[in-house]
Amino acid sequence: MTTYVLRRVLGLIPVLFGVSLLLFTITRLIPGDPAIALLGQRASPAALEQLRQDLGLNQPVWINVAGVPEGGVGALFDSQYFRYMRGLLSGDLGRSIFSRIPVAQSLVQRFPATFELSLFAMIFALGVGIPAGVWAALNRGKPADTAVMAVAVSGVSLPVFWLAIIFIYLFAVVLGWLPPSGRLGVGVQLEPITNLYVLDAILRGNFVALRDVLRHLALPAVALGTIPLAIVVRMTRSAMLEVLSQDYVRTARSKGLDERIVVRKHALRNALLPVVTVVGLSFGTLLSGAILTETVFSWPGIGRWVYDAISSRDYPIIQGGVLFVAFVVAVINLLVDLLYAVIDPRIQYA
Amino acid sequence: MSTAVVVDPAQEGPIGHRKNVLQRFFRHPTGVVGLSIIGFFIVISLLAPVLRPYDAARDRDLRARLNPPSAEHWFGTDELGRDMFTRVWHGGRISLRVGLIAVAIAVVLGTLLGLVAGYVGGWIDTGIVWLVDILMAFPGILLAIAIVAVLGPSLTNAMIAISVTQIPRYARIIRSVVLSLRESEYVQAARALGSSPVRIVAQHILPNSLSPLVVQLTLSIGVAILDVAALGFLGLGAQPPNPEWGLMIRDGFAQFLRAPWMSIFPGLAIYLSVVGFNLLGDAIRDVLDPRLTGV
Repeated sequence: MTTYVLRRVLGLIPVLFGVSLLLFTITRLIPGDPAIALLGQRASPAALEQLRQDLGLNQPVWINVAGVPEGGVGALFDSQYFRYMRGLLSGDLGRSIFSRIPVAQSLVQRFPATFELSLFAMIFALGVGIPAGVWAALNRGKPADTAVMAVAVSGVSLPVFWLAIIFIYLFAVVLGWLPPSGRLGVGVQLEPITNLYVLDAILRGNFVALRDVLRHLALPAVALGTIPLAIVVRMTRSAMLEVLSQDYVRTARSKGLDERIVVRKHALRNALLPVVTVVGLSFGTLLSGAILTETVFSWPGIGRWVYDAISSRDYPIIQGGVLFVAFVVAVINLLVDLLYAVIDPRIQYA
Repeated sequence: MSTAVVVDPAQEGPIGHRKNVLQRFFRHPTGVVGLSIIGFFIVISLLAPVLRPYDAARDRDLRARLNPPSAEHWFGTDELGRDMFTRVWHGGRISLRVGLIAVAIAVVLGTLLGLVAGYVGGWIDTGIVWLVDILMAFPGILLAIAIVAVLGPSLTNAMIAISVTQIPRYARIIRSVVLSLRESEYVQAARALGSSPVRIVAQHILPNSLSPLVVQLTLSIGVAILDVAALGFLGLGAQPPNPEWGLMIRDGFAQFLRAPWMSIFPGLAIYLSVVGFNLLGDAIRDVLDPRLTGV
């Protein structure tokens, strides 16, 4: 098991290295001079030169061959790429072109909002998806099954940003039940500790804020949760159908066990294994779906921040944000694989 | 999560197999529904220029701004007084075309990569697998966003970006089929008889890759249509005044308190067309590989 964990962790390194290399290459392909983009066409040549110097744009992109006669072999690595990689390895993702705030600092501030939203979307998907999938499997071929599967197909076919707009229109504008945007109502006080507002409200014992935070979470979490919901329903249903046809389930039934116990203890526990994998894989979809959901709901997370950066062409933010999400998804996938090994003792790792 | 299905060619004659597959498909209600929906969208998209010619650049009628749905304007009008029904109708042409082309590029490039990786092996295989893993590390539409952010927002760039995100899936499917067939007896026999690699690929590998490819292809078109719309909504895809569905929802979002119909109808069109492809994809998978039924 230890060898397996080590091998998986080491296997992550080339992929993450490739991801950073690809992102670096992509951002260096941008046409135009970033210094002019930043200061405008009318900036003085001296100011432009100074900025290029500050941003390291005067250095060679990959390796600094010209620097070798003066600085020795070590100067080879005095290039934009190695500067970027050195920064990455020390947790420095550069600064926003416009606000000059370090990208890493903004990521740390904004990630809790995205994480909280994704977590509640997943709780919604599992809380509704597993019972619905079980119910559909137990009623295979009946109208209940057809209805659940129709909802599941819809879930993967809906544009999440459109669903978000419809939710706002219906539940915030027409019915007035829930707030249309943001994380916290105007006038509601909450001193952040972890920036996970639900947790913060509980830790502070501030139940007025807790209610308000949950009301703000409801619409975006449900909108974002529809995609994993559809996947969880389909996976649970098919896994249940397979398990229910196994001999040991027939044995349990013929022993005269209560159907509820057969379903819950014998069937569901084994059917949930593939669902765990799907949950892990869905986190990636959730985090990328968050860009769209957060944009519609003005949710102050990473998605909204990257979206704003795209509009203003703030490349360090796009680069850092995308890299961070890819990293988080890779780590979650690894954790899911390891969790799978813990849950299912039959899996042996050489 | 695509499963490579390898069909044993000795199992069934090609004609009997094809007839059987078609029979099973037409007995599959969701498949028929999916095919009908897609057929409907394709037919009305082809007929759009004949039945209702449209010039997006000239279309505006400021006297009819933000009119709700009526007998004259079935889907209402937008902030420039443009008829939403006409725009949604013509939007289908854009979404279908972009979806199909993006997936076609991905299939061709992905298949080539998969063939080379599986067939040549060695460090070339390692390199291609590494590249595929890197591309797959970007979840969902994120890579497309990064690519378009660099290339600049346009429909063509959105299409390129979406096809790049889909290449790895095809490369993986084809590579797995090649690996499973490369050492099979009949491929070895073909090789011993002096068949060239191109001939082996064309006669043995590609026909056996067909069923997983077709399933993935149908489902990918739905994903591509959703991604085109998402990029349009973010302002990274089609640009005004194009009647692209995602872009129309973006315009509608700015007006949705006054004119919700501006967002509702393009969204319904996206939903319906994607449902069509998803139902069809599910049905084809059930028919081609009965073991996966209901998954």
